Amino acid sequence: MEATVIRTGTEGRTWGGGNEPLKASYGKMMMWFFIVSDALTFSGFLAAYGFSRFKFLDSWPIADEVFNHFPFLHGVDAPMYYVALMTFILIFSSVTMVLAVDAGHQMKKGKVTFYMGLTIIGGLIFLGSQAWEWKNFIQGEYGAVTTTGGNILQFVNADGKRVSIGDIAVPMASERDVTGNNSGIWFSEGESLPSVSLEEVKAGFLANNNLLIRTQQLDENGHKTILSREESIQKLNVEGKGIVEGANLSQNEYGVPLFADFFFFITGFHGFHVLSGVLINILIFFNIILGTYERRGNYEMVEKVGLYWHFVDLVWVFVFTFFYLV
Amino acid sequence: MAHSSSHTHESNTKKIWLVFILLSAVTLVEVILGIIKPAFLTETNFLSMKLLNWIFIILTIYKAYYIAWSFMHLDGETKGLRRSIVWTAVFLISYLIFILLTEGDYIYEVFKNNHVAWDF
Repeated sequence: MEATVIRTGTEGRTWGGGNEPLKASYGKMMMWFFIVSDALTFSGFLAAYGFSRFKFLDSWPIADEVFNHFPFLHGVDAPMYYVALMTFILIFSSVTMVLAVDAGHQMKKGKVTFYMGLTIIGGLIFLGSQAWEWKNFIQGEYGAVTTTGGNILQFVNADGKRVSIGDIAVPMASERDVTGNNSGIWFSEGESLPSVSLEEVKAGFLANNNLLIRTQQLDENGHKTILSREESIQKLNVEGKGIVEGANLSQNEYGVPLFADFFFFITGFHGFHVLSGVLINILIFFNIILGTYERRGNYEMVEKVGLYWHFVDLVWVFVFTFFYLV
Repeated sequence: MAHSSSHTHESNTKKIWLVFILLSAVTLVEVILGIIKPAFLTETNFLSMKLLNWIFIILTIYKAYYIAWSFMHLDGETKGLRRSIVWTAVFLISYLIFILLTEGDYIYEVFKNNHVAWDF
C-alpha cells in the first residue's frame, strides 16, 4: 500500500486533505447535503399540494370531517385528537434520540442503548398509527354518490347530520355479481362492487323526505352547501352516476380525489422515511450494543442518524400543519 | 473528529427537556385552536388568508426553528454551514411556494369566472 501513495507536498496545507471544512466531519456534512435536498423534495410535494388546493379552493374537503376517528371511540366525532397524539409520539421519539446523542457525547453506552431503544419504539408506534389512519381513510365512513361531472354528493338529514348510503338504501333484488377468476380468464377479476347500488340509494332517498344532499361546494363561512329537497332530487336523478365508499387514488368519498392522492403520496413518502429511519436506527442500536462506537472512541454515528431522525420529525410538523390544521 | 473522547461534553439534558416542553406546548395550542376554531380568527383575513391559518403557519415555523437549532444542533455549527443550509432552503422554498400558489389561484379564477363548465 505504502508504495502507491503519492506525496503531493501539500500535507497539512488547506488543500492537503485531513482538514474539516466548516468544522464539520465528512459524514455529518454529507448528511446535511442529503437533508437539504430531501427538504426540497418534500417542499416540492407540499407546494404541489398547495397548488391543487388553491385550484379547488372552494370545494376542498374539510380535514376535520375526514380524520375524526380515535381508537375505541366508535362513532364519536373526534377531530384532531388522533393526529395530535401521533405528533406527540414523534416529538417524543425525537427527544429520546437527542438524549441518546447527548449520552453518546459522554460515552455512556448504557444510556445511549436505552434512549436509542425508546426512539425505535416511538418510531414503530408512529408507523402503526399511520397505518390505522390510512385504514380509516381507505375504508370511508358514510359513502357518497359520484356524479357525471366527477364530483360527489353526500347525504344529510334535516338536522344537517351525515347519513351513510348504507342506511339510506332500500334493498332491491338484483343480479349484481363480482366477476371472479372462476368465470373467465384465470387472471382476470372484476372490480369489487360497493355494498349498495345507485338504484337502491335513489329509491331510499325518494322514500325519505328528511334527506337532503350536500355538495362539495363550500359557502362563504367554509361550510359545505346543503341543497333543498327539490334541488336534491333533481341533482341525484340528473347527475348521479355511481357509488363511492372510502378513498383510493382515483375516487374519494370525501370530495376532490386530489386530496386523497396527495394525502396518500405525502404521508406515504413521509411514512417511508420513518420506516427507513427505524431500520437505520435498529442497525445503529445493534452496533451500540456490540460496542462498535465504544471501540471507535466516539458516538458520531448516533449523531448522524439522529440528524436524519429529527429531519423526519421536522417534515411531520409541516405535514401536520398543512393536512390537518390549515 | 468533532467529538473525540479526549474532551468531555457537559450534559444538555435540562435544555433538551425544556425544548420538549416548549414543542409540546406549541403543538397543544395548535390542536386547541384547531378544535375550537375561534370565530374572530377564522373571519378575519390577512393577505387573503384566514388569520388562524397564519397563526398555524407561524407556530409551525417556530417549532421547525427549535427542532433545527436545538435537536439538530444547528446552533453549534459554524455560521457558514448554518447559513448554507438554512438560506438555500428558505429562498428556494419561498420561491416555489409563491409561484405555485399564484398559478393555482389563477386557475381557480378561470374555473370560477370563465365559461368553463366542469360541474355538469
